[in-house]
Amino acid sequence: MSTTVQEPAVQTSDEAILGFVDCDVHPYTKTPADLDAFLPERWRKLRHSIGNRSRSSFVGAPNYPRMSPGVGMRMDSWPKDGGHPGSDLAMMREQLLDAFAVSYGMMMPLLGRGGDERNVEFGAALCSAANDWEAQVWCDNEPRLKAAIQITTEYTEAAIKEIEKRAGDRRFTHVMIPPRGLEPLGRRRYWPILEACAANGFPIALHLGGTSGHPSTGGGWPSFYHEEHPSYPQSKEALVTSLVTEGVFEHLPNLRVALVEGGFAWLPSLSWRLDKHYQRLREEVPHLKMLPSEYIRRNIWVTTQPIEEPEHPEDLITTCEWIGWDRIMFSTDYPHWDQDDPRYAFKVKVPEKEKRMLYRENALSFYNLEA
Amino acid sequence: MARHVVATVGEIPPGGKKVVNPAGREICVYNVNGEHYALINRCPHEGAALSYGHVLGCFESKRPGEYQLTRKGEMLRCPWHGWEFDIKTGQSWCHPESVKARTYKVEVVPGELLAKGPFVAETVQVKIDGEYVVVEV
Ligand code: FES
Repeated sequence: MSTTVQEPAVQTSDEAILGFVDCDVHPYTKTPADLDAFLPERWRKLRHSIGNRSRSSFVGAPNYPRMSPGVGMRMDSWPKDGGHPGSDLAMMREQLLDAFAVSYGMMMPLLGRGGDERNVEFGAALCSAANDWEAQVWCDNEPRLKAAIQITTEYTEAAIKEIEKRAGDRRFTHVMIPPRGLEPLGRRRYWPILEACAANGFPIALHLGGTSGHPSTGGGWPSFYHEEHPSYPQSKEALVTSLVTEGVFEHLPNLRVALVEGGFAWLPSLSWRLDKHYQRLREEVPHLKMLPSEYIRRNIWVTTQPIEEPEHPEDLITTCEWIGWDRIMFSTDYPHWDQDDPRYAFKVKVPEKEKRMLYRENALSFYNLEA
Repeated sequence: MARHVVATVGEIPPGGKKVVNPAGREICVYNVNGEHYALINRCPHEGAALSYGHVLGCFESKRPGEYQLTRKGEMLRCPWHGWEFDIKTGQSWCHPESVKARTYKVEVVPGELLAKGPFVAETVQVKIDGEYVVVEV
């Protein structure tokens, strides 16, 4: 019933924010059929006859409540021609890339669902198709967008093949692994994949999405979205703990891991707890040569969204100091409803030097991007 | 402060809204059950354009298992993180004391009074026999 709606105009003169690197951007297909063009015939046929079968109990719906209507998207991000938010490059430029003169947008596509697929060969084909789609539909038209290598961790050989296939292609900058796997990511059976990431110089982005069939919280399935959303940090905590205690970072000291879409204020307290237990339980994990917090400090990076909003905003500055300013990277999560605006996400003044690190420099070096 | 003619009465139906730009300020004028209200078109949280948000009622509950939908059409939900605002006062539901979307004074003025001025009407043509929504900015 609205009569006139004008586009919001972004005006910011903050140089540290203009030109930022967005560590979490979601491109979408206009229709699910868009992926068909990138699938070999066998899998295209199967996709239409059988369809996806994920490890979650429902087809086409998550096991936990999500925001509706709007399927969890920013209400102003629906293209006028009826496509899905994040599917229209012109609109993405207008609302994000050009509005803030974004230097790079790190894509974290949540489609194809190859990683969740129970038929692992089909899953591998879906991942590969989605990777070609990212490169050709997005990177080739907008070189500021950088592609994720999607893999299925349940099919080791195919995952390694996919990583090796993309190595050397500058459109691909990171390997994306969903954090809710069948087993915690530090388990030995995943090491060959982690080794391939390190050997090919790809950092890993652990972006939340989907389920593995296990309840999303440590206490079972949630009743409310309000209950589901805070489980994102829970899954990140489990993964960081697994990667550290299994000795992954002792085995692969150069492996770099970014936690995407889990916030970050919980990381210091997890580090304290792991260090505390290390004093008592060290005998169980003699392969750890450093304190858990030291591995975290060396190998883990965090992205900001969904940012914590403490009662006293200055507490966030202290939290960032605990984590280390060189390990924090800004992310919007465009076009999701809970995305953060780079101008207003921090409700407290971030010092200039740290601001440049957080909005730009850390991500440039983490993702090996040209300044 | 100047008075800006931003719409004719009847142009914005009940439940509807119109984004206007008097004095370079983006404002959204809402018609709530026949009364006009104006809010700045910027969420106090992270700056979303509020005009994209749904106009709703208010869900209230005395205890788990019981709920009521009240004040139909009087609340606005931000298109991004869903903060709710009272369209009439701009007050946020969760933090009524500390968070407020800026409101502007709105009146309905007959054309013949407007003819005497002073007022600004860049986009709305004022006729003596019409009725107009006037925002003070
Ligand atoms: S911008 Fe409105 S609720 Fe966050």
